[in-house]
Amino acid sequence: MNSTASNPQDDALVLYGQHFDSRLLLGTARYPSPDVMEAAVRRARPAMLTASLRRQTAGPGTPGTDNGFWDMLGQLKVPVLPNTAGCHSIDEVVATAQMARELFDTPWIKLELIGDDYTLQPDTLQLVQAAERLIRDGFQVLPYCTEDLVLCQRLVDVGCQAVMPWAAPIGTGRGPVNPYAMRLLRERLSVPLLVDAGLGLPSHACQVMEWGYDGVLLNTAVALAQDPVAMAGAFADAVAAGRAAWRAGAMAPQESAQPSTPVLGTPFWHHGND
Amino acid sequence: MKVLINDIEHDLAEPACLTDALAAVEATPPFAVAINREFVPRSQYAGRMLQADDRIEVIRPVTGG
Repeated sequence: MNSTASNPQDDALVLYGQHFDSRLLLGTARYPSPDVMEAAVRRARPAMLTASLRRQTAGPGTPGTDNGFWDMLGQLKVPVLPNTAGCHSIDEVVATAQMARELFDTPWIKLELIGDDYTLQPDTLQLVQAAERLIRDGFQVLPYCTEDLVLCQRLVDVGCQAVMPWAAPIGTGRGPVNPYAMRLLRERLSVPLLVDAGLGLPSHACQVMEWGYDGVLLNTAVALAQDPVAMAGAFADAVAAGRAAWRAGAMAPQESAQPSTPVLGTPFWHHGND
Repeated sequence: MKVLINDIEHDLAEPACLTDALAAVEATPPFAVAINREFVPRSQYAGRMLQADDRIEVIRPVTGG
């Protein structure tokens, strides 16, 4: 067993001292409609919903000023995790995070600092300094990062109480492309690890949870499914199943076959073929 | 005085504060603001005087991953 707690009710995800019943964090973008998004959220019952910030275009009544999303967030009553998507410098990250804090009235921030626009790979050389500034400013930072062990350790060193390595580039749905590094990361770090980005199937989510990851953050895999609401439920079930398997402790793989049915007393034993 | 609001040039009568700029674009809540990549808290809008060529960002909540 990987935990002494056997009751799922005692297995809350704890981030920065706050308890969450779900280990699934859900994005709010790319759904076919707001109604589908709302239904998917209600099916998945996620711990948090991600949101972002973009320029307000013009005055009331013009496209881009619709408050439907804002109103829906209020109705869903799920904690919001704003992101700093699209930021390419530390100053942009800090200003965006501060605007998000005022707008959403939350200290949570998903730190995204992009270093390569083609792969959307985090800027690993600036990420630690950005995280440090945000933490000094009172934010509860969940950094989107690569699965690099030293990077993740440095993020923890500056005060991140959880880190969010990607499984694969955002939106690819490829699943974990570097299982060795991800499992090594789990072995080496004790803080909560949430897989953020790159998952495409519930089995991917279940897999990383079986490795001992503490949660997953999804968006595209649900939003672009043929039935996003059903897929939201499938992911929620997969995350729960993977977590339960991790806590149960998997058997060690064996090199050779071992009968599961007892051999002693097998009928016709030693009768031969005559 | 020319300023950029969300990358669009606006001509404001001097002196101008941030509240004047927000009125010029009919900013409607919920929104938050930065000037020259620095966040400006809501409580400081009226007292924050603008300079020529200031770059003002007025942002709103949107869906995101």
